[in-house]
Amino acid sequence: MAQKNLRVMVAKPGLDGHDRGARVLARSFRDAGYEVIYTGCHQTPEQIVEAALQEDVDLIGLSCLSGAHKHLFPRVVRLLDERGAGDIPVIGGGIIPDKDISYLYEQGIREVFTPGTHIQTIIDWIEGNVTPREAL
Amino acid sequence: MYFSKELLDSCSSLRKKWEDEVRRVVEKHGERDKRFTTVSDHPVKRTYDPLDIQDTDFENDIGYPGVYPYTRGIHSTGYRGRLWTYRMFSGMGTARDTNERWHMLLKQGQTGLSTAFDFPTLMGYDSDDPHAEGECGRCGVAIDTLEDFKILVDNIPLDQVTTSMTINPPATVMWAMYCACAQEQGVPLDRIGGTIQNDMLKEFIAQKTFMLPPEPSIKLISDTVEFGARHVPKWNTISISGYHIREAGSTAAQELAFTLRDGMAYVEDVMERKGMHPDEFAPRLSFFFNSHIDFFEEIAKMRAARRIWANVMRERYKAEDPRSWWLRFHTQTAGCSLTAQQPYNNVVRTATEALAAVLGGTQSLHTNSLDEVYCLPTDHSVQIALRTQQIIGEETGVDNTVDPLGGSYFVEKLTNEMEEAAWEYIEKIDEMGGMLAAIDRGYPQMEIADAAFRYQHQVESGEKTLVGVNKYVTEEAEECPLLDIDEEVERSQLERLRGVRASREERAVKKCLDELRTACRKGDNVMPHCIEAVRNQATEQEICDVYREVYGEYRDPGLF
Amino acid sequence: MHKDQTDMSTAERIRGGDIRLASRLIRNLEDKNPRAREVVKELFPWTGRARVLGLTGAPGAGKSTITDHLISSYRATGHTVGVLAVDPTSPFSGGAILGDRVRMQKHAEDKGVFIRSLATRGALGGLAAAVDDAVHVLDAMGMDRIILETVGTGQSEVDVMNNAHTVLLALTPGLGDEVQTLKAGIMEIADLFLINKADQKGASKLYQELMRMLNMVSEHHSGWRPPVLMLRDIAHPEDFAQQVEELRAKIDEHYQVLVDTEVLAQREYRKARLQFLNSLRTSLLDPVVHELEESGELKDIVQRIADKRSDPHTLADELRSRFLR
Repeated sequence: MAQKNLRVMVAKPGLDGHDRGARVLARSFRDAGYEVIYTGCHQTPEQIVEAALQEDVDLIGLSCLSGAHKHLFPRVVRLLDERGAGDIPVIGGGIIPDKDISYLYEQGIREVFTPGTHIQTIIDWIEGNVTPREAL
Repeated sequence: MYFSKELLDSCSSLRKKWEDEVRRVVEKHGERDKRFTTVSDHPVKRTYDPLDIQDTDFENDIGYPGVYPYTRGIHSTGYRGRLWTYRMFSGMGTARDTNERWHMLLKQGQTGLSTAFDFPTLMGYDSDDPHAEGECGRCGVAIDTLEDFKILVDNIPLDQVTTSMTINPPATVMWAMYCACAQEQGVPLDRIGGTIQNDMLKEFIAQKTFMLPPEPSIKLISDTVEFGARHVPKWNTISISGYHIREAGSTAAQELAFTLRDGMAYVEDVMERKGMHPDEFAPRLSFFFNSHIDFFEEIAKMRAARRIWANVMRERYKAEDPRSWWLRFHTQTAGCSLTAQQPYNNVVRTATEALAAVLGGTQSLHTNSLDEVYCLPTDHSVQIALRTQQIIGEETGVDNTVDPLGGSYFVEKLTNEMEEAAWEYIEKIDEMGGMLAAIDRGYPQMEIADAAFRYQHQVESGEKTLVGVNKYVTEEAEECPLLDIDEEVERSQLERLRGVRASREERAVKKCLDELRTACRKGDNVMPHCIEAVRNQATEQEICDVYREVYGEYRDPGLF
Repeated sequence: MHKDQTDMSTAERIRGGDIRLASRLIRNLEDKNPRAREVVKELFPWTGRARVLGLTGAPGAGKSTITDHLISSYRATGHTVGVLAVDPTSPFSGGAILGDRVRMQKHAEDKGVFIRSLATRGALGGLAAAVDDAVHVLDAMGMDRIILETVGTGQSEVDVMNNAHTVLLALTPGLGDEVQTLKAGIMEIADLFLINKADQKGASKLYQELMRMLNMVSEHHSGWRPPVLMLRDIAHPEDFAQQVEELRAKIDEHYQVLVDTEVLAQREYRKARLQFLNSLRTSLLDPVVHELEESGELKDIVQRIADKRSDPHTLADELRSRFLR
């Protein structure tokens, strides 16, 4: 009866506390059958990466509404690389102007979801792009 | 009784006839929806008539403007005496950038100033703290020391304009800087006017900009209330805010209930901790509501708010001065109702929401700019938003009479329903032992999270329409020009901070901070020590670190 | 570090501090991956050093906050700490929100702290078995102190407490019938009671209730009468830290009593027995169930019972004679 659950982290880097979207997403992920590791607000990229390793997550979803995404998202990707965990995909959401999106892709963010995105769209993306880690 | 028995009887029989007719029509043609609800999912009936408000008492529930319970407004002349204050929230980049925007707005006819601070400033971090990386000047102005603040208010006559500061955990520090600047301009403290938001309860509930645990947070707030009552009598020391509760996804009734219950918690704490009578400070309490897209629900919410507040202040806290019964409030149109898609539609949303705020009787108003979804508006979009208010105020004539919707069956009924729903929440929180206990238990947080979740699903299923998002979607992207914050901002801010640190008298700074620490430990009012510390160029974070050291730090409990 | 990573076995890498791999192993244990058992076998000789604290209580009792402060206390004296934080799985979706670590995130970057969240995964999930092994993993990694945190409202969460040397039950005043909502049996296994948020209304009433309950017990095993402690004034960090120190001292004292009275050996025996029986069940039953599921036979069997064409006992006995040959 082996069951495999996707372990997904929902993290809020930066100093803003607008967690409405992150919380709705966390609940929707739970309802999609994922095990969701929620970090709370005001996390540094370092904290997020360490938590992701300790929790062995399959995906990190970042939400930032402070405008600091261009600084914070790439930093998470970089730190994951440094810790030998560059295989963990990072996606981002929040108030992100179109002109920043291609920069974030260049920096290794796998997908960016902007306001108005249906949650089902995000879940579909995950289903199509993320699989639970292989066994040892 | 509002209506005579004869009228109600005839109304009953007329209604029955009408309902029969409606049934036939509906059977044949149907209606657009099975259920009609407000944006908060509150049910709305097909129509309203005298029967719906038969238990409403004209004198005690509605009455006249400027008369208890102030359902129709706190001023007898409404906007015929004076229009609401056009108060656009602004702040960006460096203190110099914001100062220039302020001068521009004053020239355009704005009548009050309002500051947005950047996130490090809001959270009590200096621009050179690691937490501030990438955030400096991004969503507001960066303030580290009095030097920054002096530039912010450069050439602004502090005895003539009122300034609102959206600042919460470090409110004592920013207010101390304002006071120190006024004194430098030679303006005595009893001549300055303005508002600090200084409402921590809604931060724990909704906005999550927090620093200290709830109890000491309230203590600092009561310090400001006491200091204001004694030395800065024209200052509004708390702006009890529902805005952020609503932005976090609450319903209108939740916004109303949690905001008023927060206000009650502040009143209770000042009475208890400072031994003050409500009439000594309640007239300086002000409120801040959201004006969301559901037109009538918002108007009803604002009318109910005034009625409940008047009642609790008079009956529960035994305030005697009518000014203590007044609920004065600022309104901002709903940021969360704006869409990134088809951004020019936002102008229309904002205009509708602004009109609701005016018909709800707001004292001041911020209208969102069409690009506010992306944080900071451009000069041009701010101008459109300001013009929106000016058109409502000076062209449409909606302000010719006071409370034009008073007596509408629907609006009065909805006002009653808002009030009932709010009381239900208030009583529940009372039973839990007050707002602090309820927050500790995560009660308001969870209620809001549930409402936000529900709404998201209604949008995704198409049950609630968002034009341009889930209906009338266009393929081609419609872009509007965005304001870019220069990376240069951070560099110049850090340079000025370094300069201040290098040139100040370190011994004096340390002495001030030590005195502040002692005051915190002893439970004394921190304000005089804070003013002294900023005068001696202590940074915002140095002062906040003293608080953190004595009171501990609060972190997101992440309740689900 | 001396050996090339690729030359090291999984167990060696985990003992060498590969946190992500350890977490992966725990996941494989939760998934009942047979290969994960092999790694645990290899790790087992290195276990037995850690002291395990079980922390349980109703939702909202402040367990994660207490854990957070205990971590700080242990770290101040140089102990490494492992935390296994268990949150309930949604019975509807099978998903879970694991939010306990939010309240411990300040330790995220401390290399001496390893926090791992687990979901209960319902009755069939075998939480207790997974946690048993997860404790072994943390123990073998050299964690001096292990904290198991669960909501004490379900049987599987209570079973988890068998792994603990000391069971701490956290309560708060003002949650109403909180004592009643806890799973029967949890009061009996608590070694320490903690009234959290004791500055709130109702604390002294709760204290008296607990005292009355403890007075009804005629004899406490090993002579340890569970003490009732209080935590208050979280807004005064220095005072609060002092109270956490007292709590920690009591936890240490209890462990010492276990050692002195040889109850520790009894508990280890009981734990070993349970672990063995759990494992036996897994190694005997799981392959059978797996095979029946794969072949589709399980569905037929269940349908026959549902249709009253046979009974569960007859069919189970038949299968026993087929498989246990």
